[in-house]
Amino acid sequence: MNTTPIAARTPPKIVIKRPWNWQRITGLAVLAVYALLGYFMVRMVIVGYDPEFFGKYLPRMFHGLWITVKLVVVSIVLGALLAFPIALARNSRSRVLSGFAFCYIYFFRGTPLLAQVYLIYYGAGQFRPFLVEWGLWGIFRDAYFCALFTFTLNTAAYQAEILRGAISSVANGQWEAAKALGLRPTVTYVKIILPQALITALRPLGNEIIFMIKGSAIASIITVFDLMGETRLAFSRSFDFQVYLWAACMYLAMVEALRRVWDRLEKRLTRHLQRIAD
Amino acid sequence: MKILKLTFAALAALVFAASVSSADMKKLRIGTEGAYPPFNSYDTDKNLVGFDIDIAKALCEKMKADCEFVAQDWDGIIPALLANKYDAIIASMSITEERMKKVAFTDKYYNTPARFIASKTAGIKNTSPEGLKGKVLAAQSSTTHATYLEDIYKDAEIKLYKTQDEANLDLVSGRADVVLADSIVLLEWLKTKDGQCCEYIGEDVQSEKHFGKGAGIALRQGEDELKGAFNKALAEIIADGTYKKINDKYFPFSIY
Repeated sequence: MNTTPIAARTPPKIVIKRPWNWQRITGLAVLAVYALLGYFMVRMVIVGYDPEFFGKYLPRMFHGLWITVKLVVVSIVLGALLAFPIALARNSRSRVLSGFAFCYIYFFRGTPLLAQVYLIYYGAGQFRPFLVEWGLWGIFRDAYFCALFTFTLNTAAYQAEILRGAISSVANGQWEAAKALGLRPTVTYVKIILPQALITALRPLGNEIIFMIKGSAIASIITVFDLMGETRLAFSRSFDFQVYLWAACMYLAMVEALRRVWDRLEKRLTRHLQRIAD
Repeated sequence: MKILKLTFAALAALVFAASVSSADMKKLRIGTEGAYPPFNSYDTDKNLVGFDIDIAKALCEKMKADCEFVAQDWDGIIPALLANKYDAIIASMSITEERMKKVAFTDKYYNTPARFIASKTAGIKNTSPEGLKGKVLAAQSSTTHATYLEDIYKDAEIKLYKTQDEANLDLVSGRADVVLADSIVLLEWLKTKDGQCCEYIGEDVQSEKHFGKGAGIALRQGEDELKGAFNKALAEIIADGTYKKINDKYFPFSIY
């Protein structure tokens, strides 16, 4: 018997063919357009640099940024608190509860945020005598509060739907196993179902916050001087497109910061699923 | 590569065709807001109507131009002119120094003063910066009135709205204490059902630096030929009585 191993052959050389076909030309053309756009944007900022203009509007824009952050953080947190009971109601066996939650989610997901903000802000204005009587006018008078209130209701609907889906996605066996161990339903929910559901809910929730960051620009049309409001004011005074570019950068920075936090969170929540090298 | 060449040829032809047709037909695109009664607004059939619109039509007739109206939010009305979305703005725009840095203006076609209004029950009489200290003052954003409030009333809260109607709505609801705007626009609103709550306060607000010399037609800088044509047509409609006819259709007194 011949036991000499077969000599290893060198692998064939990989030749990457890059013919000048249509896909390649179109791709390059699109890239060129992007590069050109990028060039003009950078040029606009450099050529249009005006220290007086920066000094006048940049501090105001940072103040606007702060208002936007406050609006988003507070509405997301309050919305999350509201979302838990709504998601539970939506999953509940009671027809009334589940129907009520369904209608709530249906309305707030099915209508534009812009319309909701208008409805609450100018709607409240129409019902002033009633609101004064109930002692609520003091808060509904404030544009910032109206924006916060609408955003909270809106995001609560979205978050409830995300949460409901995530809770439903946890395998039924988990409930059965908990029951077999004699755990009370509350404990099962808090200790077993929710931690698993949150892993599923994490990414959609991140998306929802990103939507909220961008959607918060709507507050500017009801006279709140958030980042967008300040940007519009600066633009209306100067007609300089640069300010929109700065605003875009600030929004981008917010979303990027959130993305990083979310990556960390996901790593931590799924640490039991990660393979350890070796 | 052949297709690339063809594309370029087609593009070049398009550009050429566009430049030829604009030169031949003398087409004019007019930008206006459409939310500023009685000067420019939509009627129930979505047609643009108002003093500005009638003046624009009369001018176009004199200039023998084929005019087309473009409605544009007030916030972006000058940028859109500069971006060539239309050729002239006829939308009650005051001729101010600040705007002259960006656009050119024809002669004024009307001039009305600015005034404050407030709720009849509020008891606000003094419209000086001391009198309105701590009050909420409302105006439409990007207007001469907004700039005036921000420059003069440092100790008051200033709220700016996308349209004049929204500012008025907040005066009715009590979120704003006073509104500053063009006196004619406010007069028209005071006649409406919502407007019954409120009345003029103080005298006409004077400041040529802020409010300029009246409303003119805004054009891109350097288009002197068009500016000359507009000024000539304007003089003609004033001379032949067309202007007076339009004026009388809307106002019981001359606003020129």
